[in-house]
Amino acid sequence: MDYATFLQILDTTLRLATPLLFACLAGLYSERAGIFDIGLEGKMLMAAMCAGSVAFLTGSVWLGVLAAIGGSLVFALVHGLASITFRGNQLISGVALNFVASGITILVTLALFNQGGRTPPLEGGARMQEITLPLADTLRGVPLLGPFYADVISGHPLLVYVGLLLVPATWWLLYRTRFGLRLRAVGENPASVDTAGVSVARMRFAAVLIAGVLCGLAGAYMATGLQAGFGREMTAGRGYIALAALIFAKWRPWHALWACLLFGFFQSLALRPDVLENLGMKIPVPALDALPYVLTVIVLAGLVGKAIPPRAGGEPYVKER
Amino acid sequence: MAGAIEPGRQVSAAPFAIELKGISKAFGPVQANKDISIQVAKGSIHGIIGENGAGKSTLMSILYGFYKADSGEILIDGQATSIPDSQSAIRAGIGMVFQHFKLVQNFTVLENIILGAEDGALLAPSISKARKTLAELAREYELDVDPDAVIEDLSVGHQQRVEILKALYRQANILILDEPTGVLTPAEADHLFRILRGLKDQGKTIILITHKLREIMEITDTVSVMRRGQMTATVKTAETNPEQLAELMVGRKVLLRVDKTPAQPGRTILEVENLRVTDEQGVERLRGVNLQIRAGEILGIAGVAGNGQSELLEVLGGIERGTGTIRMNGVELDLSGRHSDGQSRRADGIAHVPEDRQVLGLIMDFAAWENVAFGYHHAPEFQKNALLMDNAALRADCEAKMARFDVRPPIPSLAAKNFSGGNQQKIVVAREIERNPDLLLIGQPTRGVDIGAIEFIHKQIVALRDAGKAVLLVSVELDEIMSLSDRVAVMFDGRIMGERDPATTDERELGLMMAGIAGESAQ
Repeated sequence: MDYATFLQILDTTLRLATPLLFACLAGLYSERAGIFDIGLEGKMLMAAMCAGSVAFLTGSVWLGVLAAIGGSLVFALVHGLASITFRGNQLISGVALNFVASGITILVTLALFNQGGRTPPLEGGARMQEITLPLADTLRGVPLLGPFYADVISGHPLLVYVGLLLVPATWWLLYRTRFGLRLRAVGENPASVDTAGVSVARMRFAAVLIAGVLCGLAGAYMATGLQAGFGREMTAGRGYIALAALIFAKWRPWHALWACLLFGFFQSLALRPDVLENLGMKIPVPALDALPYVLTVIVLAGLVGKAIPPRAGGEPYVKER
Repeated sequence: MAGAIEPGRQVSAAPFAIELKGISKAFGPVQANKDISIQVAKGSIHGIIGENGAGKSTLMSILYGFYKADSGEILIDGQATSIPDSQSAIRAGIGMVFQHFKLVQNFTVLENIILGAEDGALLAPSISKARKTLAELAREYELDVDPDAVIEDLSVGHQQRVEILKALYRQANILILDEPTGVLTPAEADHLFRILRGLKDQGKTIILITHKLREIMEITDTVSVMRRGQMTATVKTAETNPEQLAELMVGRKVLLRVDKTPAQPGRTILEVENLRVTDEQGVERLRGVNLQIRAGEILGIAGVAGNGQSELLEVLGGIERGTGTIRMNGVELDLSGRHSDGQSRRADGIAHVPEDRQVLGLIMDFAAWENVAFGYHHAPEFQKNALLMDNAALRADCEAKMARFDVRPPIPSLAAKNFSGGNQQKIVVAREIERNPDLLLIGQPTRGVDIGAIEFIHKQIVALRDAGKAVLLVSVELDEIMSLSDRVAVMFDGRIMGERDPATTDERELGLMMAGIAGESAQ
């Protein structure tokens, strides 16, 4: 494998890791606050559909992004109502939303465009433009690092960089601010927050809605950045891979970045079977697809340290003395 | 602080720290608090005592903003105050130390202290301020804890100090403690009382909720007694005695001492040698326990919860597996094989009243008659034919047991969860004792049980002993161990620290052993 191919794979890794990263951080906020969110998949799908449709109809990708956030927030709000206000089962609520998303996205796109559950291809201003970072072309001549900067780091849509910046931002928010302290506390022992005079429901809603916004960005990126339009079931299980990455990362922001990059790397390898063959490895693509899940099971089995989820995760908070 | 009262002045004219006027609260048809009025003097320690379900906790929850009273008035420092939520309670200067601590287990002490009382959006300034305040409070009140320690690494006593510090950090002037000594060793409880006296000397007002008469007598200035949602009396502690308080709590005369004759030990029933149990995490919970119980005696196991007593009961009862030797009536029991289960143990003459009756002793949603039969439902007299159980016989059996054990209400079809704690326990005890076992294992026989039922259950245990049976009693209530047992063994860290005769030992000595200081080295 030559250096150029290697850079290509890294470039694809970053592109494919971005929706995982948004979804994984979404899950991180939600689960750190004690609300399991198996509905990442559904929210992403809904967001992708909204982004693709609105971007096509208006010709503006940013209106599409706003619509994506809006659509995802509606789902987040329903999940919040079901699991916080009405103390329902969080897993069932999440699964239900995934089914709803799966159906409603096809229904709406069929009604709007009648193209078999897809939006027409997006062009021009309806797509997210790639950004060339400063000095990318000037530095290209520098050995090794130059092409890496120009080809891998530079030349992505804005949301890729937003996703990367969200990692330190999330870390800072969680560990350095009052909001983060309360968020983590509410996922560990909501009674401690309640007796301190802080509303548990409000904290949890805040977390669930942040997750909604992030899933919205994930979906918008998929439909307008990664691909040129919405296609039915286009998220293809990324919500679940993001959950796997969250467990793999043990619910910590920096680890989430590494986990998403790793899983993105697997996905980009799966797109380039020729590379592996040239290296003398014949790994079937489905095996690569399964790798994130296999790794997660290994982590869950406690083979690589122990993954301790937030202690109040999945439990509706019932005030008791 | 602004507006502080000069010491020594206007003591008698000072308004009460807390005054409640005609507080009532109903949950559906249940009147939890009925027209309660109470006055708590500033700078005093005021005890509130009452049986389980008397309404103490409801009253305190109203004061802390967890529930809203249906009617009545709350006055703090003479000012009518409305407390719709915990935030208002904190603002009114009320701090609460709950029976089950409200701490985030994997946060540090400092993080727990500032949670909800942060000074701004960023944590760093709050943390450094809390660190300074904590050092001052530690000096002033013997409240030392390592501010950077993670809660789950602290002992229960230290966790409780964190709860008190939390309240003081929020500048509480009134501190409410709900059953604070239930989880403490006697030495830790003494330390807590020293802290409380120190707080009182600084002018803080303390409300202590407890069901332990001894604590009320030891530390309070005034005591209020609650019964069935009503405040039945408020008296000066110096002018009352435990017997009178017990009578006020229950509404009739209560025998506080267990009436029993000296034991007449006979042959050895149970012999345990080098018994070991390792839990799922690979931690050894029992590290070579040796003991013997003879017919006609009660062996009491004292110790702070979590030192292997539960594992001892469970391995003897066949729920847990272990290694070593257990001989019952001279026959060795299976500790890890096919016959290591509750059913086999019952066949060997061992009955087990588990520590947590709601988890291991009863199925809460099942009727009393079903619960009374569990474990013994295979008995031939309960079978109609080869296939069907004789439900009528089971119900009749339940009715008879309810009558003998005074279970109220005596309705076999009522679900277990609808009985009070004391009556639930009577159902379990009736089931186990009535089968006439050679050995009774009984854990926390009176936890969450009201005084009247305690007296009854204690009598049953002594009667079983007098009938020539062996009893293994595990309890965290030292009073109960001292008054019921014929011999006392103290457990610490999975081992028996030593045995004492309850007639010649005292709480101090047992307390030291419970804290792991060997009996020999303790003076």
